[in-house]
Amino acid sequence: MNIRTQVLLWGAQRVSAAVLALCVIVHLATIVYAVRNGLDAAEILGRTRGNPSWAAFYAVFVAAVTVHAPIGLRSILSETFGWRGRGLDVAMFAVALTLLTWGSRAVYAVFGA
Amino acid sequence: MTALKVAVWRGGESGHFQEFEVPRLASQTVLDVVTYIQRSLDPTLSYRFACRVGMCGSCAMTVNGKARWTCRTHVSRVAVDDRLELAPLANLPTVKDLVTDMSAFFDKWAAARGRFRGDTTRKDDFARVKPDSPRRKLVDEAIECIGCGVCYSSCDVVSWNPDYLGPAALNRAWTLCNDVRDVDRRARLEAVAGDAGCHACHTQMGCTERCPKQLSPTAAIAGLKRAALAAALKGEL
Repeated sequence: MNIRTQVLLWGAQRVSAAVLALCVIVHLATIVYAVRNGLDAAEILGRTRGNPSWAAFYAVFVAAVTVHAPIGLRSILSETFGWRGRGLDVAMFAVALTLLTWGSRAVYAVFGA
Repeated sequence: MTALKVAVWRGGESGHFQEFEVPRLASQTVLDVVTYIQRSLDPTLSYRFACRVGMCGSCAMTVNGKARWTCRTHVSRVAVDDRLELAPLANLPTVKDLVTDMSAFFDKWAAARGRFRGDTTRKDDFARVKPDSPRRKLVDEAIECIGCGVCYSSCDVVSWNPDYLGPAALNRAWTLCNDVRDVDRRARLEAVAGDAGCHACHTQMGCTERCPKQLSPTAAIAGLKRAALAAALKGEL
């Protein structure tokens, strides 16, 4: 991986971290609201399905996780196990695709199904 | 007069700690202790020093588990129950006893393009750099490095990633990036960016915590990260 890509990945991780900070706060606040008001699964889905704002919010959340997690995992694997090079980059790309797939499925199930 | 119990690393990469008893004196530095051992107890002990006044950066060792400059470290500040443990600097190969091979440390200064390159000749006028200009102030904050290796030895990222350039080399690169006379900025940013450069830093600040000159390589590295990202976004990297 060339130097420019490495630097841009670092930048992407910082930007996605800022997005995640906001997303996690909203997500936790939503959980607290749902629990305190005693909402069950059906009531939660009743409010989220067909709501484009929640769909957009969680789509952004999933996108931020897809960018952030593999870049961090790449550093952890590299520093802990000495794994470097193209194999690591390909594996992390696969992790990103997996996260994107699972996250998109969850967004679709909660908001679009 | 009380005595210090001093455990000193003997050998190379493999070895053992040898115990010595050293008379405890007022205003005694750790370097005084090592010198006493070498001159009065065991002349085969190897260690480095030169100036003895905190300028040359050659006497750094691991004292009770932490990298320190020994000539300016008073025993009273670091001895626990009148005991000292002295070992060579971490993250560098041990040559013998308290002497490390610092080749990798200085090679990384070169790899980070830590050498000034201007484009003027002796026929040109002096460059005039205002002391209160923003870039000159950034240089001031980082320029007093004595190359002792304490930061390099205290950096966990160096121990995890042997290719990592380390705090001192990156700090040096940052001073040159802010030198308005230097013309090597772009190549230097490329040399210090990425996985083996400034972007590998975890901002744990071990270097800043331990720097005997109270510099902040962490701040210098953060500056390099921003500068390199800006260059990458502009397509200059």
